[in-house]
Amino acid sequence: MIDDALAQAVSLLASTVRLAVPLVLASLAGLFAERSGVVDIGLEGKMLSGAFAAASVAHLSGSPWAGLAAAIAVSIALAMVHAYACITQRGNQVVAGMAINVLAVGLTVVLAYAWFNEGGNTPALPDPARFKAIVLPLARALADVPVLGRVYAGLVSGHNVIVYMTVALIPVVSFAVFRTRFGLRLRAVGENPHAVDTAGISVAALRYRAMVACGTLCGIAGAYLSIAQGAAFQREMTAGRGFLALAALIFGKWMPVPAVLACLLFAFADAVQGRLQGVSLPGIGVVPVQAIQALPYLLTVLLLAGFVGRAVAPKASGIPYNKEK
Amino acid sequence: MKGELPRWVDLGLLPAVNLLAALALSSLVVLAIGVNPLAALAILVRGAVGYPEAWGYTLYYATNFVFTGLAVAVAFHAGLFNIGGEGQAYVAGLGATLVCLGLDALPGFLVVPLAILAAAAFGAAWGAIPGWLQARRGSHVVITTIMFNFLASALMTYMLSNVLLDPTYGSPETRHFAPHATVWKLTDIAARFGFEAPRSPLNAATLLALAAAAFVWVYVWRTRAGYALRTVGANEQAARYAGIDPARTIIAAMAISGALAGLMAVNEVMGSQQRMVLAFTGGYGFVGIAVALMGRNHPVGVCLAALLFGALYQGGSDLAFEISTINRDLVIVIQGLVILFCGALENMFRPALAAFFARERAAA
Repeated sequence: MIDDALAQAVSLLASTVRLAVPLVLASLAGLFAERSGVVDIGLEGKMLSGAFAAASVAHLSGSPWAGLAAAIAVSIALAMVHAYACITQRGNQVVAGMAINVLAVGLTVVLAYAWFNEGGNTPALPDPARFKAIVLPLARALADVPVLGRVYAGLVSGHNVIVYMTVALIPVVSFAVFRTRFGLRLRAVGENPHAVDTAGISVAALRYRAMVACGTLCGIAGAYLSIAQGAAFQREMTAGRGFLALAALIFGKWMPVPAVLACLLFAFADAVQGRLQGVSLPGIGVVPVQAIQALPYLLTVLLLAGFVGRAVAPKASGIPYNKEK
Repeated sequence: MKGELPRWVDLGLLPAVNLLAALALSSLVVLAIGVNPLAALAILVRGAVGYPEAWGYTLYYATNFVFTGLAVAVAFHAGLFNIGGEGQAYVAGLGATLVCLGLDALPGFLVVPLAILAAAAFGAAWGAIPGWLQARRGSHVVITTIMFNFLASALMTYMLSNVLLDPTYGSPETRHFAPHATVWKLTDIAARFGFEAPRSPLNAATLLALAAAAFVWVYVWRTRAGYALRTVGANEQAARYAGIDPARTIIAAMAISGALAGLMAVNEVMGSQQRMVLAFTGGYGFVGIAVALMGRNHPVGVCLAALLFGALYQGGSDLAFEISTINRDLVIVIQGLVILFCGALENMFRPALAAFFARERAAA
């Protein structure tokens, strides 16, 4: 009985981790963009293009690493288009983000259709072209050890390399944003670009660098979806995760660790929802799946409206920087 | 920067150059997949306007885009970016459906106007809540409307698969509306007079779209409320000093914007489908963004841009049918590029044009 409950809890948490990874990566990507003063509703599009590039290149080359590199390159390229529009041309950042999203939906499907002729998807990848689950040392040997061994084998071990990469990235991003010179300038340029400019630091260069970081992380997130978690690109496979990540970023008040926790919360809701389908809870009855799906969005709306806590965006976020004003 | 360009360049040439840049890049995409862009263009134009049915479809698509484009445009004039047209239209479909299904004991001349009003009211509510949250609670309307799109989708999936669905169908959709509780299609009207019209989903909602465009023009440029709307959009501080209540204006703008997006349901649910199906909005709410940007937020421009996008959607289907390597989503690429060049990069060519016309003036 207890064994059974433990097994269920381990499997629930393991799928929470798997579902959280793309959210965490995209959320941290958005953190770089928004902390530098560029509102990024284009996370979704960058992820989607990354997913497509990863699956295409992994299919052609047979190497998941080549796929990952392609995903990062394509996602950075889109981030640079976004950056050029927002920073150099001082265009409307929300409109630019929207353009990236729409463009990515169209381009990925059109190219997939023309190149692979599988109705807008890419061909299914064989195992060597994907990032497969890694069994950590001793996981098999310890699997029979009560509690700790099973948690180790079921939750800590058995993920693909991007999952571990993401876990390692969280402290790195946190350190970069709060403990490095780049991070200090990044946060300053999102709050008060004039001050940064007066200090002789280029606002534009700083924001471009932030967007490179943003593109990189979105690319990894995309690759995770198509060549690690999945085995092919499917049209619109990001399915709103970019926006969910944005919601998590807001929920985490533009801070890395709280944003990651928000991603875990949303991913947990997602993992629970799959298991609650049709199950009647004592005292509540059957919870509609849609109610759980809507929960992250509802929470974000309530938070933004100040009904639960308060989220204050970086001050200069969304405003193009103009030296002369 | 403004004022350096002659008016016709600012209002005519610059947008045309931006549109051309978007189309030029689109043809590069076509070239990249190994198709001659000129041949593709020929098929696209023939597919959009080359035969009577094509016109019907082009105008039917354009009708959706007029509604969603006007919705974005009205919000833009108040300085708001409403990305929620998709959700507002979706929820509006619920309003229309509830009336068409629930009150179809009433005669047609009552149930149809009531359903149209319900669509507008539901859309208005779904727009006004983010408006209220921005005006009174300080949450950004862009993020809130994005969230409301997802909330609408969850709500509607629930309603369609648990409450409104017709159990005799395999898919989540309602039963067909009674014939008198629908908006007439052109084919029905023609049949009534003994003619045969080309088969298409074109229906009387197209006239409603033209009326909506006229309404927007009058409202934004010829009424006190519209003046308040534009003042708040231009400078909220100044508006406050002029005795305008920005909060009320913002809520009203978002309500009107939502209502306009909601009227799309009249075309789709009451006219074309005559029942409600899952995800009937089909991304048309997002097309409204491209349409509004291209039409420079003016009703005339929105109607023209909607017509162009209607033609692209219809011609794109034919193109996908005739050339096997191209699929319909090419239209979405064009849409994305239009948003990029007519929206985010709208001033990219301005310095070059300004320099050119300054030289001209100096020479003259």
